[in-house]
Amino acid sequence: MTTGTVPAKLAEIIDDFQDLTEPDRLQLLLDFSRELPALPERYSDHPELLEQVVECQSPLFLTMEIGEAPGHPVHLFFSAPPEAPTTRGFAGVLLEGLDGLPAAEVLAVPDDVPDRLGLTRAITPLRMRGMSAMLGRIKRKIRESVRDEA
Amino acid sequence: MTLAPDTQDKFAEYAHPGRLVSTDWLAAHLGADGLVVVESDEDVLLYETGHIAGAVKIDWHTELNDEVTRDYIDGAGFSRLMASKGIARDSTVVIYGDKSNWWAAYALWVFTLFGHEDVRLLDGGRDKWVAEGRDITTDRPDVVATDYPVVGRDDSSIRAYLGDVLEHLGKPLIDVRSGDEYTGARTTMPAYPEEGALRGGHIPTAASVPWARAAAEDGTFRTRAELDAVYRDEAGLKDGDDVVAYCRIGERSSHTWFVLTHLLGFERVRNYDGSWTEWGNAVRVPIVRGAEPGEVPASVNRSAQAAR
Repeated sequence: MTTGTVPAKLAEIIDDFQDLTEPDRLQLLLDFSRELPALPERYSDHPELLEQVVECQSPLFLTMEIGEAPGHPVHLFFSAPPEAPTTRGFAGVLLEGLDGLPAAEVLAVPDDVPDRLGLTRAITPLRMRGMSAMLGRIKRKIRESVRDEA
Repeated sequence: MTLAPDTQDKFAEYAHPGRLVSTDWLAAHLGADGLVVVESDEDVLLYETGHIAGAVKIDWHTELNDEVTRDYIDGAGFSRLMASKGIARDSTVVIYGDKSNWWAAYALWVFTLFGHEDVRLLDGGRDKWVAEGRDITTDRPDVVATDYPVVGRDDSSIRAYLGDVLEHLGKPLIDVRSGDEYTGARTTMPAYPEEGALRGGHIPTAASVPWARAAAEDGTFRTRAELDAVYRDEAGLKDGDDVVAYCRIGERSSHTWFVLTHLLGFERVRNYDGSWTEWGNAVRVPIVRGAEPGEVPASVNRSAQAAR
């Protein structure tokens, strides 16, 4: 398990969730779901460039753009259908919390971050695994990409 | 007070036609006295994005299951749940949901454990309602709490435990999971999270009839003739058979339980809700790998006794 620091933006989101009652946390997750931006045209016209995260209950497609050294800033792109709001909500949290950060900071995000949102009881551990799988996939792709470059 | 059934021709062919309603019927009866519409989905937030006007939400995971024991809520819990949803003992309950009504069928099966008499499924579920361009709303329904009696849960007639399944071996057993889960190539549905079964395969002698064979493209149930061809002609079920159905956690097999019980009229069908997440991990129970159903192993009587 990674035990690095939580990036400031993501830490803020976790605090926002923690400050709420359980039903309001679900409502906040729904807000993230609604605000998940549509894919830019270069991906929406080319679905084959997206990778499916199969561990999620509902279809989630993900791709990333990793910038130049030294920082390797990471940009995330997610796509999930409107009938999968929980999956969209998880994607929205990760997008807002991680997008644009240097690769090393994303890799250092603790693996138990999904559990810190305080949703496990309302959503159940089984459903929370979808979010852990997304974070795992993001990290794996960063590692592969940075390794390929080296 | 219960409502008159949907009498369309497709349903009239089924054994218990009153257990299904069409989207047309539901649209015409929304708001009727004695009707409560329930949405039950896999996605815990889907209801909040928009639901049929007046429908209440029941979440299978957080509301129908006990929080600590791997079991369903008890009679007192069910009574509280029903009261809070505005459901009376004589209400007509119509359940619909996502994913071809898996969770709706599962909720209907749990309602049946408590003997709620008039509980029906919306044929085609949420997807069909939305695809037809019918209205959905995010307005919260005005629920008037009811008094719902405390009724004991009766597991004996439609629920099988692990020991029951061991004793049942040799009688018809239907595995409703995907082909790769049946053979043991994988332990979860394609594109689903790993739920931690240690071994892949199936219960000895189980026939593989994936649940989706009962559903048409639009998520509605197949016609009586099509269902007879699958379950009687192909899988070999006969009138009077004692049948157990299982999947991975009991939701897809609730769908098949509904088909066998209410659409085809088999009188003794039990859902083994422990399913593969229990069987695939249990100590000293036999499994079979590969595409063949396999034989009942000689050791099984010892296991049945140990499980008691």
